[in-house]
This record gives sequence, structure tokens and C-alpha cells, in this order.
Amino acid sequence: MSTEVKKNSQIFQDSNKTYYPEDEIQVSSVVKELYKNNLPTELIGTGSKSFIGNKIQSANKLSLSKLSGIVEYLSQELYIKVKANTSLEFIEKELEKNNQELAFEPIDFGFIENGKSNKGTIAGYLSCNFAGSRRFKVGSVRDHILGFRGVNGKGEIIKSGGTVVKNVTGYDLSKLVTGSFGTLVALTEIVLKVLPKKKLSNTITIHTEDKRLVNKLFEKISSSSSEVSGAVYIPDEPEDENYVHNKEKVFKFNDLDSKGSFLALRVEGDKASINEKIKDLEKELELKKLNTSMLDVYQSVPFWKKINNLELFAETKNNLLRAVIPPAKGNELMQKLGNKYKYYVDWCGSLYWIEIQSQKNIKIIEIKKIIRELGGYLTIIKTSLNYNYEEAIFTVDDTRLMISEKIKKSFDPKRVFNPGKMYRGI
Amino acid sequence: MSELVLPKIDKTTIDKKDYIFKTLGKLINPENVLSHADEIKPYETDALAAYKQTPLVVVMPENTKEVSNILKFCHEENIKVVPRGSGTGLSGGALPLQDAVLLSLGKFNKILEIDFENKCVVTQPGVTNLGLTHAVQHKGFYYAPDPSSQLACSIGGNVAENSGGVHSLKYGTTTNNILGVEMVMMDGTICRIGGKTLDQEGYDLMGLICGSEGLLGVITEVTAKILKKPQVVKAALIGFPTIEEGGNAATEIISKGIVPAGMEIMDKALIEATDNFSKAGYPREAELLLIVELDGTQSEVDGLLKEVSDICKKNNCSSLKLSKNEKERLSFWVGRKAAFPACGAMAPDYYCMDGSIPRGKLAEALLEIKTLSKKYNLPVANCFHAGDGNLHPLIMYDGGNKEELRKTEEFGAEILKTCVRLGGVITGEHGVGVEKRELMCEMFNNNDIQQQLDIKLSLDQKNLLNPGKVYPILRKCAEEGRVHVHRGEEKFPDLPRF
Repeated sequence: MSTEVKKNSQIFQDSNKTYYPEDEIQVSSVVKELYKNNLPTELIGTGSKSFIGNKIQSANKLSLSKLSGIVEYLSQELYIKVKANTSLEFIEKELEKNNQELAFEPIDFGFIENGKSNKGTIAGYLSCNFAGSRRFKVGSVRDHILGFRGVNGKGEIIKSGGTVVKNVTGYDLSKLVTGSFGTLVALTEIVLKVLPKKKLSNTITIHTEDKRLVNKLFEKISSSSSEVSGAVYIPDEPEDENYVHNKEKVFKFNDLDSKGSFLALRVEGDKASINEKIKDLEKELELKKLNTSMLDVYQSVPFWKKINNLELFAETKNNLLRAVIPPAKGNELMQKLGNKYKYYVDWCGSLYWIEIQSQKNIKIIEIKKIIRELGGYLTIIKTSLNYNYEEAIFTVDDTRLMISEKIKKSFDPKRVFNPGKMYRGI
Repeated sequence: MSELVLPKIDKTTIDKKDYIFKTLGKLINPENVLSHADEIKPYETDALAAYKQTPLVVVMPENTKEVSNILKFCHEENIKVVPRGSGTGLSGGALPLQDAVLLSLGKFNKILEIDFENKCVVTQPGVTNLGLTHAVQHKGFYYAPDPSSQLACSIGGNVAENSGGVHSLKYGTTTNNILGVEMVMMDGTICRIGGKTLDQEGYDLMGLICGSEGLLGVITEVTAKILKKPQVVKAALIGFPTIEEGGNAATEIISKGIVPAGMEIMDKALIEATDNFSKAGYPREAELLLIVELDGTQSEVDGLLKEVSDICKKNNCSSLKLSKNEKERLSFWVGRKAAFPACGAMAPDYYCMDGSIPRGKLAEALLEIKTLSKKYNLPVANCFHAGDGNLHPLIMYDGGNKEELRKTEEFGAEILKTCVRLGGVITGEHGVGVEKRELMCEMFNNNDIQQQLDIKLSLDQKNLLNPGKVYPILRKCAEEGRVHVHRGEEKFPDLPRF
């Protein structure tokens, strides 16, 4: 960075070569200089998810942490416009005041990193596009982003979308930016769709070791109009001592016998509609023939929080993988995983979180191959210390990689932002 | 209608028409390459029938490989290509160009796989929107987005335009309801995006392609998500004595945490027009009519209907009817669905506008449109997808009168500019196409538009795929026309537009 920029815009830079612009115009002028001088730069918020993705070799860091705060919150219009690095926790608290929420149920990655909550910023969360348990019912993070403002890799301020849900004016860049791991745009402002919070929730648990039955139940639930809004399967932990055995501790509830494997189904709404939905499910899933229990609202809410905090893998020292498959391939995948690994299944049979104790990377490569053969994809979320990055963190084929490279160039031709974070050369 | 500026005609392409025709005839079955004036006439326009252009040739490939070969050839020979689904688009997105090959996906009309286990349908893009629902409804499933043209519009066209419908607030638009696509790029590269999984890892290329109006690639296969039909669907039909009270009720319904499956508003002019036209039995004395549809389980729907009724009463509604059965629910929609033809019956011509505004600005928007209607001395009727803020004003005029036509165009542009001023956008669901191209700069500045053009050029370096659409040619805000229907010459007069 030339001293000129610092002098002109008075943008603070600390000794670690990290810049702290205070507004969008300052972000733009920093990036213009970075662009001019070909300086690869890591974009950072609070760093809560910086462990996800490839390590970045960059001389500079651009902290967007000062771009924080609510710009406009119109609860009756079902949107909130925030500066991009507003803390996710703060946004959720503000929405809560109006009985609203981010329907995609944000995941708290803090627990797997250091055992406690650290939700980070909305920009960081959006950049990953990892939705929580309600995803199969309400859509992903990208489905709840209405618009954004940001700075591209040339330092130009750009915007896309707006505050309305129905909008086909130009390309939908909000979706493109979501899940791009900060490789396209330094976000400065985000408009999120918000929805009314469900009044109450109850959770039915079904205790079974029969994997075929589990997948059959997942299939029935997704074919049902009873509106189950959460469906997870938590198999028993492998005996291997390299895995932390914390299932019974994490899911310690009065009405839950967390020994062995179990399936948990959430229904939400007011009391009458919850009762109606449970009654329907009892019939559709023939629950009377199964070993079940019921978590009331006081247990149901914390149960799903623990799921979305990934608490089963808290502070894991092993590799953590996230795989998404077509749900009908569940039997095949469960069979292949056996009880060698610690894992659980979310999104009504679509999403697998898999922990792998592995001195070598070979097992990750094997599992990735299986997932791809099943028509899914796999992301390496967290790696053990001895991981050597032989295997790509993300799943991509050659054609999509070629297109991604072209798109990257159109936003950030000199690869200033987070080079190599997702793919080598991008 | 103002004269439309289109990309400069490439004379070299026109001069080698015979060579192009012959070569295309070798790449695909020659019977599927059309160039005779009579054969290509049906392709001169889409549902924005005011604009007509004769394409150079029309090709109707039968498989992805053929599409790829055609595009590769055109790319190498610098020939423009305009892709086309069913041609029901309202913004001229499939308007042919004189020096371009028109690529019709009409022969891609088969459903390839119905996968109930994974809750999806894999289909060729030429299958109609309603065709998807028809294929799965025997097991109680349906495809959620329901544009008014769903009887005729193709699913590939839906992807290109990111089509919505009446139920978008609760169920989203096309982009929220597809899992995967196969697409051919302008240089012939075949690309698969997504599949049967939820979400895609990496750049959300599907999000980019959806709503890109045929500028980035040609869709050759779509994997669409299907949903189980809700257990119970009921509707309420509510009249209000003033625009403000009705608008406030609609806003309050949303702010109380109710998410209706559909919520529609009609103003007095439209209540009368549709009631005359379809004998829907609407409360004619009302200044504003609200239709609220709710779905879910029995107790959920009953509870929400009660809440909706209470809100409407509190806002002084003049009439309130709740559907007692499915027949009555459908009868509530009869007039609303006849909105467009009803306006067509009232005046020789009408312009249909398509802007989105924040829901809470409805009363302000309607009052402003009323003032503009007086200023231009032209009648206007308004329907509004109140759930998602999508406004469709219908301006009635006589196209035979040139001065009236000019005034109508000005009026229309002023409405869209009002939408932007109120915090909305210039198109909610009809797309930009050629129609609103020059109005893009009402919403975007040069940087915003340049970024989009850079994406376009990164995937289509020679700018050959559907050029002249979406992005302003003049880069100034010229007032151009909206959906123009002259003396019933709408391309699909039978389709209910809503």
C-alpha cells in the first residue's frame, strides 16, 4: 500500500498490514490501491470462520469490521438492511424484538473451533452459504438475500438486487456473491429477508438402530404435508477412542434417552397446529409401533440450538466434513460409513456432517469419491493439524471451474480478494 | 410505439445466409432448419407483440449435442443467436434479430424422469410449467411457481426469466424451486450445474443463470423441485371503502407475522372491469378489494383466517367473505384472473406495467398513479401481488391515436420511476428484455451495469447470445413501451394474465 492512500483517506493500518476502512468509500479507495499495486489481500470480519477454505498467502489484510450496524429495519416489509460486518448475534437479537428471525437458522461455527459461541458477522456467514436445519423447508442462505452493496476487485462500488422479494432487474448477483468465500466482492451492505418467528416447537424422537427405517422415515416426512421443519438422525458414536464420546452429554434432556441412535423431528406453530401436526405424523409414520419420546418447547428449542451449534463436534481435533447428497442415496451412504466414523444427518436425509480421525488423507479422498458417485458434493470444513491439503477443500468439475475462473476475472481480474481460498488459481 | 433501437445489423452474416442455412442443415436434421417467410413468421415476436423482427433462420434442435454444435458453429462464424422457449414472455426477451439465428427449444418437450424419492422432476426445457404439476399431481405433488402463462410457458423460459406467480411470498420464484440445470454456453461448452442435491457448492451459477434472460447460456435440461400439496387451502375476499384502509390491512397482515400463500389487491377500476367481464360477484362499492389465500393444516388455516378477518374489520372493511369450500375459493379468483382480458374489453389497447414496491408504499403508489391518470387523461386499473409487492397497473388507451400512444408511454415510464423512487424496482417478474432496457439506469449506475456486462462478456466474449436485451444500448433513460396489446392482437390472448 502506498503511503499516499493512507495520507489521503486516513485509513488506519496496523503493524500486521491490516487495513481498517470505516466506510464504503474508504473500502473502495483501499481496494483501488491494492488493485493498482497487484497486492493479494485477505478479507476479514471477525475471523470466526477463517479456518474454512484454503489458507491464503497474502501480504495484506482488509478488515471490514468497522462497517457495522443496522441501516434500516422494516419489520412490516420483512427485510433488514445492515452494514455487512454487523454481528449475526446482534441481528438475531434485533429481529427477536419483533418476533422475527432469519428462517434459514444460522449455524454457529464457534463451537467446533473453540467450544463456545462465535457466530461472526453476516458478511462472513453469507460468504459460506451454510444453512441450518430448516434449510430443506425454507431454503438456504442465498434464498434470503435480497440485495447487497460492495466493492469489486478493481475498487468499484457496485450493487445488485434491492429490498423487495420479487425482482428480476438484471442478473441476480446476490446469489452469486453468497457462498463465494469473499473471492468476488468486499461486501459493504446486505439486505436480508426476514420472516415471522414460529410461536412454539415440539420435537418427536424415534429411537432406532435400523438405518433402512431411518431413511424410509426421512422419505415419508419429505412426502408429508405435515410441515416438519427439522429432521435429523444421530447415530450411536463409534467405539474408537479417537472420537470424543459426548452425545449423551450434549443431548441431556429430561425426556430424551440419548443412548443409542435416534431420529428427531421438529414441528412448529401454535399449540393447536402443533398438536394437529403430531397427530398427523403419528398416523403417517405409524409412530405407535416405534419407540418414541417427545420434547416439549423447553427442550425442543435448546435441542435444535445444539444441533445448529454442531456441538457434537465441539473442539474436535479431527477432520470435519460436510457432504450433501440426493436424499434417496441415504441407505447407500450410511452403509458405506458403517460405524467407523462419527457423523449425523440433517436436512431430512440430505446433509451429512462427518468427523474423520485420520493420520493420512486417504480416508477423506475415499469418502469424497463415494459422495461424488452418489451425485453429491463434499466440503472439508475443518482439518486436523496434520492435514496436508492434498485433496481439494471444495468439489468442482473442470467445466464449472473454467466458468468460475471467468466469473472471478469479471469481478476481480487481478485476484486481489482471497486468492486461492476456494480453488487454486482463482 | 416508439422505434426500438437494436444492435447494429451485421451485413456479413446477412450476405452468407445461404451458407448458414446449408451448414445448419448439416449439423441437425435439415427439416428442423426453417428460412421460408411463411415458416418463420410465427417466430417474429414473443408476447410483447408490438415489436416484430424477422429472424435470419429458425433452428429447432432435438438434443443437447445439436444445441452445442449450433452454438459452436455460430460462435466460430460470429453469428448472433436468440434462444426461445414458448415465446410467452412479456418483455421482448425472445424478440428475434434480422441477423441472428433463432434457436427454438420447442422440440425439447419431454419429461425425462420423475423422482418422487428425491422430490424432483428432471425435464427438458420445452415442457410447460403446468406440465410439471400435471406429471406429479396424481401423488399429491406440484411445482410451486405459477406464472399466469403457466398453461403455455416453458420451464426453460421460466428459468431464463426467473418467473414468479401469485404464491411467491411463501413459495419463492423459479430460482428457489430448481435444483439443477444443464446449459450450453455460446462457444458450445456443455455445463451441468447442481443436480438432485439441495444447494450447490462453489459459485452459485444457477442463481446467476436463473433470470439472466437467455444472455449467458441456453438451458437444455432442468431439475425442478416438487412439493407436497398443502392439506387445506382457504381464501378470504374483503372489500374496503378506501385505498388507505385496504393498504393498511394488507401491511398489517404481514407485520402480524402471517405469511399468506397469496395476497392480491385490486382497485375500484379493476373491480368494476373484472366484475363486468366475468361476473365474479365482487363488492362493486369497494374502493379496494383484497383476496387473501392461506394454506397449511386445518387448525393453522382456520386460526390465520380469523386473524386476517380481525385485522380487516379493525381497518373498517366494508365486506368480508370466507371461502366455505374449494368451489367458492376458486370463484374468488375468477375475476382476478380475468384482469387483463377485462381491461382489453374496456379500451382498444392497454399497457401492462410490472414494477415492485415495498408493500407499505401501496397506498402512496396507487394515489400517485391516480394523479398521473388525471394528468395524462388516461384511465388506469391496478392489480397488485400485495404479498410480494409486485404492482401491475394497466393503462387503457387507443393506439390508433398517436398522441395518446405517446402519452401512454410517458405515463408508463413515470409509474416505473415512481416504483424506484418508493424503494422498488422496474420489473418484478416480466423481465427487462427490450422493453425496459433503457430504464435500467433508473436503478443502476454505470458501475453496476458494467459489472453485469463484464460477467456477460466473460461467458460470451463476442456478445453473440441474445444481444440487445436487458442492458441499455443508449445508456440513457429513454421512455419506451410496456406490454402493448393492440386491438386484441396479443400473442396469447387466451392466457389469463395476472
